[in-house]
Amino acid sequence: MVQKTKQARTGAECSAEAMRQINPDVVAAYPITPQTPIMHAFSQYVADGKVDTEFITVESEHSAMSACVGSSAAGARTMTATSANGLALMWEVVYIAASTRLPIVMNVVNRALSGPINIHCDHSDSMGCRDTGWIQLYSENGEEAYENTLMAVRIAEDPNVLLPVMVCQDGFITSHSVETVELIDDESARGFVGEYHPKDALLDTDKPVTYGPLDLFDYYFEHKMQQIDAMEHAKDAIRKVFDEFGQLTGKKYDFFEGYLLEDAERVIVCANSSAGTTKVVVDELRAKGEKVGLLKPRVFRPFLAEQVVEKLKHAKSVAILDRAASFGGHGGPFFNEFRSAFHEEKEKPAIINYIYGLGGRELDLAQLRAIFEELKAVASGDVGHNVRYSGVRE
Amino acid sequence: MPEKPKGWKEIPIGGKIIEPGNSTKYRTGDWRTFRPIHDKEKCINCMICWMLCPDSAIKAGGPDCPEKGAKGASDKPSTCNFGGFDLEHCKGCGLCAANCPTKAITMKQEKEFD
Repeated sequence: MVQKTKQARTGAECSAEAMRQINPDVVAAYPITPQTPIMHAFSQYVADGKVDTEFITVESEHSAMSACVGSSAAGARTMTATSANGLALMWEVVYIAASTRLPIVMNVVNRALSGPINIHCDHSDSMGCRDTGWIQLYSENGEEAYENTLMAVRIAEDPNVLLPVMVCQDGFITSHSVETVELIDDESARGFVGEYHPKDALLDTDKPVTYGPLDLFDYYFEHKMQQIDAMEHAKDAIRKVFDEFGQLTGKKYDFFEGYLLEDAERVIVCANSSAGTTKVVVDELRAKGEKVGLLKPRVFRPFLAEQVVEKLKHAKSVAILDRAASFGGHGGPFFNEFRSAFHEEKEKPAIINYIYGLGGRELDLAQLRAIFEELKAVASGDVGHNVRYSGVRE
Repeated sequence: MPEKPKGWKEIPIGGKIIEPGNSTKYRTGDWRTFRPIHDKEKCINCMICWMLCPDSAIKAGGPDCPEKGAKGASDKPSTCNFGGFDLEHCKGCGLCAANCPTKAITMKQEKEFD
């Protein structure tokens, strides 16, 4: 029987706690703010003998992801964590992990990419990774970071998927803030995650295999097609893992979480900690009788476009909030995906984009009230500029 | 490639090669622009070409091998005589021709054999 306990934990500690329960074979990591407290806590578990993990301290993030690729190919359950510039330094190996089909799980504590150098939260790091072939899960708070990390292992290792997963949480806002979180007991968590049975492990000397050979115009496209297909299989695998984990925790997990969404006329779409802030404003405006709601993506890769349409088609106006700019593009990365989902639909809401919160700029309640207010004019047909900015000084 | 290329559903994922030792099936001879030609009148069977060939595409032949060099032929049953080229694997690099002490190997453009 699953035992649930409420504890006061930071988001980073939640990720480390999930890693302790998973007890991965290998962790290779390099410190970078604001990811550091995850590995700080986890390396303490290693030092105290609470896990059996081989912890590899490396000289850079490029080496961290390279060590993860080697270890995962060897057949070890492998995890790491990083942020911003660390993720950027991993970049080429991040692609190699996905295309070599290695089920590595990485916590990404979202932080603005330099420059100018900035250590605070935005999503430019993981949004830049949207096309790397990694599954991406987003976490509103520490509890979701904990749950997503446990579920990520199962999703990544599904034999029909075999793709790496990144679990994102907001730097400082989530990673360093203490909140009450509900965790499950070690036995239930370990039972859920299960044993890892690697496919084509390099250390299986009875069955020798080659990893990473040259792949030119004759077969590269076929291997990319397999990755595309694996992302399709990931949709079923994620659904299955969500349902199974939900039976343990008594909660319901979905690709997109609606908050007072069913009859909402004006909707904000945003990920991670901003969704928590938006819920406060939704409650406040609902108390005044306004039909407002929130849609929070928990899974961005793979992107379930049909569910977006299903969840948002009844709304009159929708603001998609992007905590990342796509310089020279028409709006941010979320905006492009969510808006495209409606292209063939006849009945659809008016959709606008807000770029917000870059470099840790706060998203406060007044800004969200103003966005809901502006959605009234948008709903009445006055769309105006459909790419807007919230919280930047003129 | 002589074999019909396989579709994405038929090959191992991740670019992995799950069958050991299959490089022998790879016909590197397809890459060749220059073909080595052997002159058995000049060949002394020193086998330097056989030692240097990066693709093991020089065959070693016995005393009865029709392609064996004329001078210095060994009477040992299966080795120590030039035994011809394995043109399925010879990439035409020309190392054999460049290092032959008697200039018994010359390189000719493949198009001359079309």
